[in-house]
Amino acid sequence: MNATEMKRRDFLKTGAAVGGGLLLSMYLPELAHAASMAGPSVPNAGGAFSPNAFIRIAVDDSVTIIVNKSEMGQGVYTSLPMLVAEELEADWSRIRVESAPVDAAYNHPSFGIQMTGGSTSTASEWERLRKMGAAGRMMLIAAAAKKWNVEPQSLHAEKSFVIHAASGRRSSFGSLADLAATLTPPTNILLKDPKDFKLIGKSTRRLDTPGKVNGSAQFGLDIHVPGMMTAVILRPPVFGGKVVSVNADRAKAVAGVKDVLVVPTGVAVIANGFWPAKLGRDRLDVTWDDGPNATLSTVGMREQFAKLAKTPGLVARKLGDPAKALAAAAKTIVAEYEVPYLAHAMMEPLNCVVDLRSDRCEIWTGTQFQTVDRMAAAATAGLKPEQVEIHTTLLGGGFGRRANPASDFVVEAVQVAKAAKVPVKVVWTREDDIRGGWYRPMWYDRMAGGVDAAGNPIAWTHTIVGQSIMQGTMFEPFGIKNGIDDSSVEGAADLLYGIPNLQVDLHTPRNGVPVQWWRSVGHSHNGFAVEAFFDELAHAGGKDPYELRHALLAKQPRMRAVLDLVAQKANWGKPLPPGHGRGIATHFSFDSYVAQVAEVSVDKKGTLRVHRMVCAVDCGRVINPDSVKAQMEGCINFGLTAALKDEITLDRGRVQQRNFHDYPMLRINEAPEIEVHIVPSTENPTGVGEPGVPPVAPAVANAVFAATGKRVRRLPIRLSN
Amino acid sequence: MITLKVNGKKVSADVDPATPLLWVLRETLGLTGTKYGCGMAQCGACTVHLDGEAIRSCVKRVVDAEGKNITTIEGLSNDLSHPLQQAWIELDVPQCGYCQSGQLMSAAALLAESDNPTDNEIDEGMAGNICRCGTYSRIRQAIHRAAAIKTGGGRG
Repeated sequence: MNATEMKRRDFLKTGAAVGGGLLLSMYLPELAHAASMAGPSVPNAGGAFSPNAFIRIAVDDSVTIIVNKSEMGQGVYTSLPMLVAEELEADWSRIRVESAPVDAAYNHPSFGIQMTGGSTSTASEWERLRKMGAAGRMMLIAAAAKKWNVEPQSLHAEKSFVIHAASGRRSSFGSLADLAATLTPPTNILLKDPKDFKLIGKSTRRLDTPGKVNGSAQFGLDIHVPGMMTAVILRPPVFGGKVVSVNADRAKAVAGVKDVLVVPTGVAVIANGFWPAKLGRDRLDVTWDDGPNATLSTVGMREQFAKLAKTPGLVARKLGDPAKALAAAAKTIVAEYEVPYLAHAMMEPLNCVVDLRSDRCEIWTGTQFQTVDRMAAAATAGLKPEQVEIHTTLLGGGFGRRANPASDFVVEAVQVAKAAKVPVKVVWTREDDIRGGWYRPMWYDRMAGGVDAAGNPIAWTHTIVGQSIMQGTMFEPFGIKNGIDDSSVEGAADLLYGIPNLQVDLHTPRNGVPVQWWRSVGHSHNGFAVEAFFDELAHAGGKDPYELRHALLAKQPRMRAVLDLVAQKANWGKPLPPGHGRGIATHFSFDSYVAQVAEVSVDKKGTLRVHRMVCAVDCGRVINPDSVKAQMEGCINFGLTAALKDEITLDRGRVQQRNFHDYPMLRINEAPEIEVHIVPSTENPTGVGEPGVPPVAPAVANAVFAATGKRVRRLPIRLSN
Repeated sequence: MITLKVNGKKVSADVDPATPLLWVLRETLGLTGTKYGCGMAQCGACTVHLDGEAIRSCVKRVVDAEGKNITTIEGLSNDLSHPLQQAWIELDVPQCGYCQSGQLMSAAALLAESDNPTDNEIDEGMAGNICRCGTYSRIRQAIHRAAAIKTGGGRG
């Protein structure tokens, strides 16, 4: 066993749970550094239930893990309890999961707020949750030692029992919980040697699946509270527009409509259900002031971005002398890449239930951003953060949209509740979702590269043009350095390939389209531009795209291993039928290494079909292998939707798409065969939820080139153009 | 007052007859397993059975469902015993899970028609159901697995 010395400032809180039992939580003050951003910690009152805990052991032997991350499909309601149960030696078949309330104890150890994002859940909880489990086990063992008057060293825990092997005595966790709750927490927490792991590293069925196959799983949209009304909101047709006048007569004539209220975001129709609220909204007659964004168009932005791309931006990274190297190169190429605005389009449209009283506010929603939402809701309601309680439901997809820096869907719901003076559920329609902004920004990239006489890349420049996500948010102070939003250049400025002369620079135009992180954030566009252009450069130098990547990853052994594995599994270099092609791409993001090979065909009519995607990933030590595979599969299909299908466009300030008929999703008949290979590793765990997305579009684009000789430089791929 | 037969039980709802069946199921009857995703029969999250046929309840007026047998996800089985539920659990199909009620109801209609659907039949039968999490390859595998369970393959 390894002894992990707990710092003196770390301390454990214990207490008795309601109905008896042991409550255990660990507060790491040095990690919860952003105290100003987090609500104050709720102290554990002895003898009373405190939500400030990760483990609850009840006298009935149930072990409840309180999970501080939002379950949006990525499997945290299984993988995080696995970390606790592994060290606790709890009987996995009896583990229960609860979502955590908002409390500083549940803050992200690095970010200092309670949130789920950045593909960090496993990496950031890897150590803390194992310590939680280990501390619990040590206290249960100490309780049994006291009860039986034996040395703790003579005891061990197994499947929710403490066992004295010498005498054969056994005591269940539940029967020891009350006594354990009276003991002093350990100062030396002993963690297992990884070779002794029983759960970690083994594919484990998800605990949330049964509820998701019988209709009992509760998403935000499924919440009902007594006296609740439903609100559907008519928002301005142009971002930033304002209500000038409302004629609500026809809306109010709809049976079931109770009220029509002007709120800061538009006009809210309050009704006794979704359908009358929606019918009422359809019958509103509103005059708008479109404001300064009335002339916005993506065609115009594209022209502006393209012009900017030809001028030097703020330098995010420079190596050697790229201008000189380009001038001296045996061959140079220049290419421009572009990607559109994209909506997250989670299957569950946004929604939020608010019960606002004079001295408290209760909120039910699927959020990724508990601390931020609570602060924003409190400010809107005129309450203190600790007077606001957020119940995090299951999320019907997140992809970043439910971590809104302005807490848009939560603040709006509080505003509606304030005006309506009854508990309300605000429901977004799919049209509201597609047209509601907070998109992945549109990007325009200008690339130049040069190879020497032997075809080896010697120069690489990359000018990136697009809106900043961090600008104007509370994250600006640490997200933007010297005018450069790190999320705009991630995946480009940190290029892994060894190219001696390199420059990455950035233009950050501002416009009125609200933008936000979207699964894999900056990597989602930089992965495409970088990996597709790399392919061009390889061909310009007469090199095989896999061989060249392999050669330039000499100092990146983990990426090289992933690349070699995917090439081997995808039969790189083996002949394919005419009209078929393979494309390869790698990408490093969220500290994980991913490489993919796409196999596509293009028929005479230009119809593109993706037949097979092979993926290799090194994400450090794997907790639940099947979950990692599932995330890679999901990332690939998500990336394919972006590569093949979608764009949000604006004309005269208006979003031109509205639902799945004109903002389509990949469907099962278009979904490729997917093969995922995990590289075994003993490094600490790294990201899984997003790193599979960035290589998808370039792998497909490169495969299209292999199949047709035609370069794809703009997404979504439109071969007929 | 509209009288419906849902999951074998007679129920009545005092709603506008033009209300989509989806909202009557979810809000009047409290059967929230059936989901709203698009409101225009594009995504399949609202799929239920009407006399055994898979339909999109977001565009079906409740009055048109009167007198018919309506089956929702809650009526697929009461103990997770339907072969599709077994297969979905065995292969850990769902991620966020929001679309899965609709996927299961479409798959159940497909399996009722064909004991052992091919990949092409699955693609055709399931193309009306979107999964944003991208669980498609597992859905395919799980339908094959459910077909095996149904025809006596037992639990694996």
